[in-house]
Amino acid sequence: MITTTGLTKVYQSRGGREVTALDGVDLHVREGEVFGVIGQSGAGKSSLIRCVNLLERPTSGAVTVAGEDLTALAGRGRRASRELREARSRIGMVFQHFNLLSSRTVKDNVELPLEILGVPGAQRSRKALELLDLVGLADKAKSYPGQLSGGQKQRVGIARALAGDPKVLLSDEATSALDPETTRSILQLLRDLNRQLGLTVLLITHEMDVVKTICDSAALMRKGKIIESGTVSELLATPGSELAHELFPVSGDASGADRTVIDVTFHGEAATQPVISQLSRTYNIDISILGAAMDTIGGRQIGRMRIELPGRYEENVVPVGFLREQGLQVDVIGTAVASVPAQNGPAPVEEVAK
Amino acid sequence: MTWSEMQPLLSQGTLDTLYMVLWSTLVTVAGGLPLGVLLVLTDKGGLLQNTPVNKVVGVIVNIGRSLPFIILLIALIPFTTLVVGTFIGPTAMIVPLAVGAIPFFARLVETAIREVDHGLVEAVQSMGGSVPTIVRKVLLPQALPSLVAAVTTTVIVLVGYSAMAGAVGGEGLGSKAVTYGFQRFETQFMLVTVVILIALVTIVQLLGDGVVRLLARRGRAAG
Repeated sequence: MITTTGLTKVYQSRGGREVTALDGVDLHVREGEVFGVIGQSGAGKSSLIRCVNLLERPTSGAVTVAGEDLTALAGRGRRASRELREARSRIGMVFQHFNLLSSRTVKDNVELPLEILGVPGAQRSRKALELLDLVGLADKAKSYPGQLSGGQKQRVGIARALAGDPKVLLSDEATSALDPETTRSILQLLRDLNRQLGLTVLLITHEMDVVKTICDSAALMRKGKIIESGTVSELLATPGSELAHELFPVSGDASGADRTVIDVTFHGEAATQPVISQLSRTYNIDISILGAAMDTIGGRQIGRMRIELPGRYEENVVPVGFLREQGLQVDVIGTAVASVPAQNGPAPVEEVAK
Repeated sequence: MTWSEMQPLLSQGTLDTLYMVLWSTLVTVAGGLPLGVLLVLTDKGGLLQNTPVNKVVGVIVNIGRSLPFIILLIALIPFTTLVVGTFIGPTAMIVPLAVGAIPFFARLVETAIREVDHGLVEAVQSMGGSVPTIVRKVLLPQALPSLVAAVTTTVIVLVGYSAMAGAVGGEGLGSKAVTYGFQRFETQFMLVTVVILIALVTIVQLLGDGVVRLLARRGRAAG
């Protein structure tokens, strides 16, 4: 639904120095999925999402949304061509600071995109009320944004973004200015809209929780580059995946030199099996659990656990094989100290068998 | 000079002043508003970034602002004659008054519009809004309270300018004050003129503030 190829954005700073915000970003967002791009501030997420609807002109590379090559529509000048503006009207966008017009009522804010599309008054009004109902703010139509809470403002922002019946919604840190509870309710709303309307959502965030809560796929961005990307289960199945580790942080060091530490990732069926006790009973070994994280992602239970087995790895080949046979993903962290397996710690000794 | 002698002079003067101020305000807003918007749009990083246009308009505005009004008044006599057919009387005075106030108002408009959050512009761009749409639906409505305050300030400046215009062939309270208060040393007349001018400015300011408050109430505490 959204594809970027070799997207590069270079800013010219005051002293003539060049700052590369995006460095050859290839992104592929499938139709109907919620795709999260996560990264720290300054990683280039903001530039990326602004390049998707060409609020920022990429220095090079191409953006295709719903089969339409937006970079080709853009035209030469700084001003957006008519074709680009029409394409933009089919892409909804919500913002961190809501960006509602304080001089207009809630309903008039939602009507604004319809005014731009040239929809007649009565029809605008009907559509706006419908959308406000959809986001649960039907009673606030006559209020001004200044009278609403942050979460309500974002709901208005979402209603407004949906006014043009977009197939794609871009969310620029939509929950970053909200408290945790409101964040959850807004994410829930986005999830519902994704399911009900088949809306494809591309969101950028710096909060891992957002990815965990609603994303089908995710990409990690750093210094203008995509470090890794894929569906959440693919990422979890990738040994040494930073995102998987961030999503399910497990830590804990080996308690002695003569120990083997392994990370076990459960998803799907295996998550419900009592594998650890089976392992213990079958091989008559004592297992210590060093750390664990469990969550439900996309309706499926997924978890990670770091366990310690007595003896060196060579002595534990058989138990590890047993775990793999059960359909679990096993990363051997090694006998050395390793709290962060992906970034700086030693690489997993052995690859995965699914 | 008795009150009955002063009264018709004063009421005629006040009416002429109001006439000059009203019309020159209308012309000033009509001319200064687009100019101020143009200054913002063509500025570096603006929606219609155009450095040559921005520089030229900026220089013209600055020249207009740096000339003392009394000089402008005299310098514009040929132009005024060309436009109105004469350079004397309240109608003729509208020309220099507006020419003097347009640059001033344009700068105020520029400042007011710069205060509009860029995020709102971005939001409307993301909906597919064109530059005229952004100006009409975002910049002007969002800056409206500041724009009304700018008009208030401009009207008050024009009241002052119109008094000056009275010295160079205009009519109004200024001209009456010069003729009777200054040339004939009618202290009482002068005093009344001053009181009327103060009252006029106060009313304009109060009215303007009232409207600003009314407009601002809607958007209060808005993010």
